[in-house]
Amino acid sequence: MNALLLSAVLGVVMMFSGIWLKSKSAIRNVAIVGMALLLVVNILEMSGMIFFRIDTKGMIVFDRFALLFDSIAFLSTLLYLFLSAQDIEKVGINYADYFALIFFILCGITLTSSFKSLLILFLGVEIISIPLYILTGSDKRNLKSNEASLKYFLLGSFSTGLMLMGIALIYGDKGSFDTNSINLITETPSALIVAGMLLLLFSMAFKVSAAPFHFWAPDVYDGAPTVFTSFMATIVKAAVFIAFIRLFEEAFGNLQNKWQLLMAIITVATLFIGNITAVFQQSVKRMLAYSSIAQAGFMMLSVYAMNAEAKEGLLLYSAAYSFATIGIFAVLIKMKDYTFDGFNGFAKHQPLLAATTTIFLLSLAGIPLTAGFLAKFYMLKAALGTGKYLWLVIFAVIMAAVSVYYYFRVIQAMYFKEGDPPVLQITPVFKWTLVILAALVILLGIFPNLLLTWYYF
Amino acid sequence: MPINYYIFLSLALFCIGIVGVLTRRNAIIIFMCIEIMLNAVNLLLVAFSKMHHLKNAAINATAGTDGQIFVFFIMVVAAAEVSVGLAIIVMMYRNIHSVDVNFLNRLKH
Repeated sequence: MNALLLSAVLGVVMMFSGIWLKSKSAIRNVAIVGMALLLVVNILEMSGMIFFRIDTKGMIVFDRFALLFDSIAFLSTLLYLFLSAQDIEKVGINYADYFALIFFILCGITLTSSFKSLLILFLGVEIISIPLYILTGSDKRNLKSNEASLKYFLLGSFSTGLMLMGIALIYGDKGSFDTNSINLITETPSALIVAGMLLLLFSMAFKVSAAPFHFWAPDVYDGAPTVFTSFMATIVKAAVFIAFIRLFEEAFGNLQNKWQLLMAIITVATLFIGNITAVFQQSVKRMLAYSSIAQAGFMMLSVYAMNAEAKEGLLLYSAAYSFATIGIFAVLIKMKDYTFDGFNGFAKHQPLLAATTTIFLLSLAGIPLTAGFLAKFYMLKAALGTGKYLWLVIFAVIMAAVSVYYYFRVIQAMYFKEGDPPVLQITPVFKWTLVILAALVILLGIFPNLLLTWYYF
Repeated sequence: MPINYYIFLSLALFCIGIVGVLTRRNAIIIFMCIEIMLNAVNLLLVAFSKMHHLKNAAINATAGTDGQIFVFFIMVVAAAEVSVGLAIIVMMYRNIHSVDVNFLNRLKH
């Protein structure tokens, strides 16, 4: 509850700081201090210090799972602001408002991670989506940005319509929006429940860009300003996954044998399309967009498996994936040329940046000693734990091997090719934050319990 | 009136909205079709709310009211979406002087 209220207040504070503060660095500092405060307040709530006790009639419950994910999201956003807050300046003139929108999105993230009622799920998803439409189109003179935001807006509100229809049909059968009372389903669910569940499944698959509904993602991620792509492809995607797994565990857990096969098919399709299409990309930004679809396929494994390892694994995965991808995007923003050739000879001119980027890429590919390896390991273990569909696990391993190809292409360009890539100005803060991110990736790869003990104690 | 009539009416409206979104090319008309979808959901929720109220009023005097409260939330969110969506459409119109979504195919290459 602390973080929910504070993030909304901070959003308003940022809007006013745009009026009162004249210098851009002051606005940036307010945002970073606010973000750090948000993280501290949330960690205090995990250790039992709750500042606001509001009776939500059981519609919102902040359990360990929700609070730990919120902490991961806030920490990632804090690191993201350290890395990229200066680059947000170049997007447009409304500098403070972009931070305000980011805080509003975080407010939505706290809602989607802790809902117990479908009403809160709907509100949370919308509070995340509406600021994202604006951030996508924030580069107003750029046609690609316009196009991406219009496409995202039309398809996003279409999928919201599907979600609402699903909620309405479930309400028709159960007479309640509470997830626990929806879960009291006997062996033969009515047609209304099945139709509502399918509509909710489709709309959530749409929001996380899982396979048959992924077509918007590459275009939107490519068209949006790169700083905001970094935010929406990592933290927001992980948050929607948390909502996805919560929804299907708490509201439809008893129907698992009905939706499990469908989930497995979506997982296979997402892994296949994401990885195979990423191989053929020429632009690193577009490659990362497809790679985020491929990583979504791995996260779908946890929704498919839905057991204790799956929830642990999803937390670890969201941390590993967010840290690594934020780091790569931060380096990418500093490049002038987004193609693979733009990275030629990067290691000679920027050895530190190249080394950290290599660690992030290794983590995304799932090489041991990085967080990405253990995250993928947890996912596969969870999928094996269900005792069904062994082919799904084998297929996922093969696709992880395919992903090595396109991640290593960047490493190859950086270390084994000659060139002189133009790089924008790099500050010491930027370098140090990258080093911290790389250290976190390796640390989580060796001691995952540093993160996961928080889930239990 | 039996609940089936309401269900059929709102499903028909919802399908009109879906078909419109998938076939029309004008961004504003697509947007109106999305609004029809949302309003079909509103109608359905109100009908279900009344149904649950009649069924359970003897046990619980406020049974079924949560469906009607949900409708208000949908209206508020839809209004927020309209304001953002029209701003995006106007922004696109300023740049290309058209609201045709066929334009959206440029990002593919």
